[in-house]
Amino acid sequence: MTTRPRRLRMATFVVLPAWALVLAAYVGTMVWTMQISFTDSKLLPVDTYVGFDQYERLFSSTRWLVSLQNVAIFGVLFIAGSLVVGFLLAVALDQHVRFENTLRTIFLYPYAMSFIVTGLIWQWLMNPGLGIQKAVQNWGWESFRFDWAVNREMAIYAVVIAGIWQASGLVMALMLAGLRGIDADLWKATRIEGIPPWRVYLFIIVPMLRPLIITAVVLLSIGVVKAFDLVVALTSGGPGIASEVPAKFIMDYLFTRQNIGLATAAATVMLITVASVLTPWLYFEYFRKARPRGAA
Amino acid sequence: MKQFAALVLAGAALSIVSIPAVAQDKPTAEVMHWWTSGGEAAAIKEFAKAYDAAGGVWKDTATALGENSRAAAINRMVGGNPPAAAQFNTGKQFDDLVAQGLVRSIDDLSKEEGWQAVMPPFLYDAASRDGKLYALPINVHGQNWMFYSKKVLSDSGVESLPTGWDALVPALEKIRAAGFIPLAQGGQPWQERLLFSAILLGKGGKDLYFKIYRDHDAEAAQSDEFRGVVEAFGALRGFVDQGSPGRNWNDATALVLQDKAGMQLMGDWAVGEFRTAGKVADKDYGCSIGLKGDTLIVGGDVFVFPKTGDEAQVKAQNLLAKTMLDPATQVKFNLAKGSMPIRNDVDTGEFNACAQKGMALLKDKDSQVPVVDIIMSASLLGALDDVLTQYWHNPSASADDVVEGFVSAFELEE
Repeated sequence: MTTRPRRLRMATFVVLPAWALVLAAYVGTMVWTMQISFTDSKLLPVDTYVGFDQYERLFSSTRWLVSLQNVAIFGVLFIAGSLVVGFLLAVALDQHVRFENTLRTIFLYPYAMSFIVTGLIWQWLMNPGLGIQKAVQNWGWESFRFDWAVNREMAIYAVVIAGIWQASGLVMALMLAGLRGIDADLWKATRIEGIPPWRVYLFIIVPMLRPLIITAVVLLSIGVVKAFDLVVALTSGGPGIASEVPAKFIMDYLFTRQNIGLATAAATVMLITVASVLTPWLYFEYFRKARPRGAA
Repeated sequence: MKQFAALVLAGAALSIVSIPAVAQDKPTAEVMHWWTSGGEAAAIKEFAKAYDAAGGVWKDTATALGENSRAAAINRMVGGNPPAAAQFNTGKQFDDLVAQGLVRSIDDLSKEEGWQAVMPPFLYDAASRDGKLYALPINVHGQNWMFYSKKVLSDSGVESLPTGWDALVPALEKIRAAGFIPLAQGGQPWQERLLFSAILLGKGGKDLYFKIYRDHDAEAAQSDEFRGVVEAFGALRGFVDQGSPGRNWNDATALVLQDKAGMQLMGDWAVGEFRTAGKVADKDYGCSIGLKGDTLIVGGDVFVFPKTGDEAQVKAQNLLAKTMLDPATQVKFNLAKGSMPIRNDVDTGEFNACAQKGMALLKDKDSQVPVVDIIMSASLLGALDDVLTQYWHNPSASADDVVEGFVSAFELEE
């Protein structure tokens, strides 16, 4: 009985440096960021406090509002699209097709590329003078139009396409691992019952893959919040401000526009938004289940 | 908090930059800059050569992209390990550094060498704070040049470049009818701002230019003259090709020099592209300042000299400043860079026909205005960029949107 507290103390001691690092590197910088957002810092941080002025400016900026709207569109379509495409690819590969290894590598390959490269490739593909539109027109379909990247209304969807192309390979790999883990007896049972495969996938397999889907969603959401390089390389926020995203707004004001007060205000808003959306959901998914399992 | 910040930044700077021990009697100057592309690198080499010839040792620290180079320089200054000199753009970029006492005044040098008398006054003022010179201007970039393809214009039946922005529209229509791209425009906010500034100056006049860009005058922004400027800008929206959004400036220049497009408004750095392609000024391509050719928008690059307690470092800085402004070095540097000498008393014989036009205007202080970056904070400039780029890319946006956008940006930034 007496050894237990000591062991605990030892454990605490060992973990201490990690905690210090977490506090200084993550919490410390976060608090510092929030502090700056209440000052009128320009190029360098200063200590003149201006209350919520930066937040007021932030929300009167059309560009910020467009950015928020875009990140919502991008987030929903990108996550949903990547999940659907990735799952379908995984199901297709799970039919034990020939050259599965080769195909798997090909589908996963885009994920090995950085967003910058992805953005550049799609910028060329979607450039009306060089890419798909030009090629199809040269084949004889003169009226063919695919000008999303330079079209104000469609630019953000062009970004979504490029994003899905890049990320669905990762989802596929995750899902495939899940599908391979499913007991062959389950398939035999459903075959005896005469249930069509699509219903098996939809109503039996998908619920079983739930933890993997959650992992994929978390990974993809991080990509959404960070979405910066893809947009910069593909449309650089244009045409006009049609495909701006919050991360790019923050980077612009942090570096080129020399207004770190406004930039940190925007960063704080992003942090609070992400925290208030993700925390309850993650809590719900992980902790709610952990308890009954622990009790049993 | 400030000390903590300094500590963090210093740590960051130390981890990136290793400090070589300096123990020679020769003045050694480490110069941070972002001139890494072909012509730029050749230009900075001229400075290095001249400095070595003057008895110093030049240490080159080049970082690609202005933002990165400036951030590295600022980090090292804040961290207490500054270079001898660091490149900035003329304007407000180093305001905070001066206010925080991180940059040394070079007013004594300027008085000694009589620089004020030979430099364009706007650029000299832009490098000064409280009447003292804090940064060394080293070149002039004209930023309202209209470059045009002589072949495209003559093939379209346009005799000569119109001299007014309203007269430009029918000319552009002719060019389009002849099957060319009328206006080679890179659809990036800064390029749209360049075009807008040229129209604001050319059509609105110098007064309006200063009222909007320097005084942030909301009344001027609501005036009919300004509305006219915005409409003239908007009238050009339809004359670009479909690939324009997001295009880089040099790709747009390529359209002009390959005789695919009629004209492009750009800074004189575009001359380098024409020269590399073997095109001759006034023969293959024409150049006009604005459209009327009467007022030049000037900007440029400066070097700042971080404050230091080290006597040897100060000496190195002094020698560096004098070397950079030496008339012969100025000519060699600016020929390579494609810009114009900061001094109006150097031998201009070797410069091309376009640069000659610009240098003629530089002799008279009434025929030049500062580029907007010099007289406006980066933050307000960014807000105006957002307004202009939305207008440019949305054919249904009206001049009122721009007026409202400008007025609210002025209010917010005050």
